[in-house]
Amino acid sequence: MTPTRRRRLYLVLGILAGASLAAALAFSAFRKDVTFFHTPSEIAAGKVQSGQSFRLGGMVKTGSFARAPGSIESHFVVTDFAHEVPVSYAKVLPDLFREGAGVVAHGHMDARGTFVADEVLAKHDEKYMPPAVARSLQHGEARTGLKSGGS
Amino acid sequence: MLPELGLFALILALLLAALQAFFGIAGPALGRDRWLAALPMAVAGQAVMVATAVGCLVAAFVGNDFSVRYVAENSNTALPLFYRVTALWGAHEGSLLLWILLLALWTVAVAASATRLPPRFAARVLGVLGLISAGFLLFTLATSNPFLRLDPAAPDGRDLNPILQDPGLAVHPPILYTGYVGFAVAFAFACAAMIEGRMDQQWARWTRPWTTLAWAFLTCGIALGSFWAYYELGWGGYWFWDPVENASFMPWLAGTALIHSLAVTDKRGLFKSWTLLLAILAFSLSMLGTFLVRSGVLVSVHSFAADPSRGIFILGFLILTIGSALTLYAWRAPLLKSGAGFEFTAREAFLLFNNLLLVTAAATVFAGTLAPLIADTLGLGTLSVGPPYFNPTFMVSMLPLLALLPVGVHAAWKRGHLGEKARLLLYTLAAALVLACGFVFGLYRGGRVLTVIGLTLGIWIIASSLIEPLQRWRRGLSLSRAVLGMSVAHIGIGLLAIALTTVQSYTTERDVALAPGGSSAVGGYEFRLEQLQPVEGANFSGVQATVTVLRNGQAVAVMNPQKRRFWVQQQVTSETSIRMLRGANVLIALGDDLGQGRWSLRIQIRPLVSLIWLAALVMAIGAVLAAADRRYRTARAAAGAPLPAAAQEVA
Repeated sequence: MTPTRRRRLYLVLGILAGASLAAALAFSAFRKDVTFFHTPSEIAAGKVQSGQSFRLGGMVKTGSFARAPGSIESHFVVTDFAHEVPVSYAKVLPDLFREGAGVVAHGHMDARGTFVADEVLAKHDEKYMPPAVARSLQHGEARTGLKSGGS
Repeated sequence: MLPELGLFALILALLLAALQAFFGIAGPALGRDRWLAALPMAVAGQAVMVATAVGCLVAAFVGNDFSVRYVAENSNTALPLFYRVTALWGAHEGSLLLWILLLALWTVAVAASATRLPPRFAARVLGVLGLISAGFLLFTLATSNPFLRLDPAAPDGRDLNPILQDPGLAVHPPILYTGYVGFAVAFAFACAAMIEGRMDQQWARWTRPWTTLAWAFLTCGIALGSFWAYYELGWGGYWFWDPVENASFMPWLAGTALIHSLAVTDKRGLFKSWTLLLAILAFSLSMLGTFLVRSGVLVSVHSFAADPSRGIFILGFLILTIGSALTLYAWRAPLLKSGAGFEFTAREAFLLFNNLLLVTAAATVFAGTLAPLIADTLGLGTLSVGPPYFNPTFMVSMLPLLALLPVGVHAAWKRGHLGEKARLLLYTLAAALVLACGFVFGLYRGGRVLTVIGLTLGIWIIASSLIEPLQRWRRGLSLSRAVLGMSVAHIGIGLLAIALTTVQSYTTERDVALAPGGSSAVGGYEFRLEQLQPVEGANFSGVQATVTVLRNGQAVAVMNPQKRRFWVQQQVTSETSIRMLRGANVLIALGDDLGQGRWSLRIQIRPLVSLIWLAALVMAIGAVLAAADRRYRTARAAAGAPLPAAAQEVA
C-alpha cells in the first residue's frame, strides 16, 4: 500500500468509526426520547401504561369543554369517535383550539384515567384532522357497522 | 380575461423552459454551438412569461376577482391591499408560482454573468436550470393551476388565513424560497461539471459566490420564520423542531457543509467528488422540503391543506432529479482527480471534520423528521419525535463543531502549524472561560455545566474570529472581503451559541389567571392587569389588555396584548406584546376569558432571545461580504477571455 492509500484507508476507517458512533448515539436517543402518539382507542385497548408520557391525538368532543369559572384549568374530552379520553390542562389554550376540531396533547394518564396535558397544540387548518384519527375513525365506523350487523 | 392570459403565459414559459433545457444540454453534446445563441432569449422569454403570470394573479388579487378560485379561497374585499398582494403566496398554488419566478430570476442572473464562463459550460448550467424549471412548471400546470375559474363566481372571498396576515410572514416565504432555489444554481453547476467530466479549482471559484449568496438568503428566511413563530403563534417559542422547520433547516446544514467544502476545492483542489455530492444533497433537501411541506405526509403543526396527488408528483419528480444526478455522479465522479494529500492538523482536516459533523447533524435531523413517516408505513405505531430527541442529538454534533472552529480557522493549509497563534488561541480560550463563569455565577447566580460550555465556546469563537482581522489591521495589511466575510459570519455563529445557551438555560415562563386589578410575580417582575377594552380593526374585532410591568414597585413598561377574532373565517389569533427589558424579551399573550372577570395570560421572559435573529443576520451579512470578494470577479473575467471553446472540449 502506498502512503497515500494507507492514509486514505485510515481516513475512511476514522469516518466509519465516527459515523457509527453518531448512529449509535442517535439510536439510543431514539429508544429513550421518542414519544409515541396514541389515539383514544389505543388507550382503551390498554396500550399505554399510566405515568408514561405520550402524545394524544383526536378531536375535541362537541359540548365537552368545561372550566370552573375564574380558574385557568380546563377540562375537555378527546375522541376518535370510537373511544373517549377526558383531558385536563392548566395552561393557556392555543388560539385554534375549539370543540369539534383536531387537537394533539402531550402529557400522561393519571390514576383516575384522566389525561393530564402539559402541552396542547391545535392545528392551523380548521379542516385538519390528525391522520391517525382519520384512520381510526374509519376503523371505528367499520367496527360499529359490524357490531350492529352481528347483534 | 387576465387569468386566462396568465395561464397562457405559464404554458409558454413551460415551452421556453423545455427549449432552454434542450438547447443547453443537447447543443454542447452534439457540438451545435449555434444552438447556444438561442439560450439567452429562452431564459429572458421564460422570465418575462413567468412574471406576466405572476402579474396576472396579483391583478386578480388586487382587483378582488373572486371568479378565480385561488383568489376566492385566499382573499377578501376587507383584506388590506398589502396582504392582498402577499396572499399570492398564502397557499400552495401561489407559493409554487413564487418558487418558479425566483428560479427564473436566478437563471437570468446566471445567464447575465455567463458571458464570463466558457460558453459550453454556461450552456449546460442553463440547460440543467431549464430542466428544473420545466419540471416545476409542469407540476404547477398539471396539479396546481392557480388560474382555475370558479363558476359562478364567489360573492366574496374566504379570506387569507389570519395568522398569515402579518408583515413578518409576508416577507418570509420569498426570502426562504430565494435561498432554497439558489441551491439549484449550485446543483446546476455540479451537474454541468459532471457532464463535462471536468472540475477544477476555477469551477469552485465560479460556484462559490452563488452558493454563499443562496445560503445568506436561506439563513435570513429561516430566522424570519423563527421570529414569526415567536411573536405570532403566541407560544413564545423560537424553534419547535417541527417538520416544516426541519425541512428548511436540513438544506441549510447541507449548504453550510457545501460552502466549506467548496473552499477546500477552490484553494487546494481537494474534496472534489464530495463537493459535488454536497451540491446534489443541498438541492435535493430543498426539494424534499417542498415535498414535506406541500404533500402533507407528516403530522405537522404548520401543515396546511394537502392533496395526495401533488405529493406523488413531487415525490416522482424528486426521485427523478436526485436519481439522475446520482447516476451522473456514479458515472462521472471517478474521472475527477484530487490533488495531493494533507496532514491531519492542516486546515483541510478541520474542514473535513466540519463537513462530517454538519452532515451528521443533517442526518440526525433527517432521521428524526422522517422516522414518524417510516414507522407509520412499516406499521410500527405512530411516533412523535420532538425536542427530547432533537436537542441532545443535535448538540452531540454541534458542540465539537463549535470547539474545532477557532482552531481550524487559524490552522494553515496543507501543513497544520498554528505558529504564534497557538498561544493567542489559548489566551482567548482562558479569557472566554473566565467571562462565561462570571456571566453564569455572577449575573445569573448559577447554571449547569452545559451553560458554561456553551457560553465559553460562543465567546471563544467571537474572540478568535477577531484575531486575524485585528492583526492585519494593526500591521496595515489589506483585508480581503472573503476573510472579513468569514470572520463576520463566524462571529454570528458565536453570537448564536451565546444566545441559544442563555435562552435555553434562563427562560422563565408562567401561565396565570388575573382579574383587572390583580397582579402576579414572574421572574423578578410584577405583572398587573389594569383593564380590558374592545378593539376594532379593518377585518377583525377583539379585546386588548393593558398590563403594567413593575420592578421593585416601579412601573417599567405598559404592555398591550390583544385577542383578535377575524370576521370571515371566525378564526381567533393572539397578538402578543413583546418588550425588551434589561436585555431580555418579556412576552405577554392574552389567553381566554375564564369567567368571573378573570383572564388567562401567558407570561414569558427569555433573555437574549433577540440575539438569535440578530446573529442570523450577522451570519448572512458575513456571507454576502464573502460572496462579493474581488477574487471571484477577476477569476471570472480572466476565465472568459483566454479559454476558447475548443480547449474546453479536450476533457
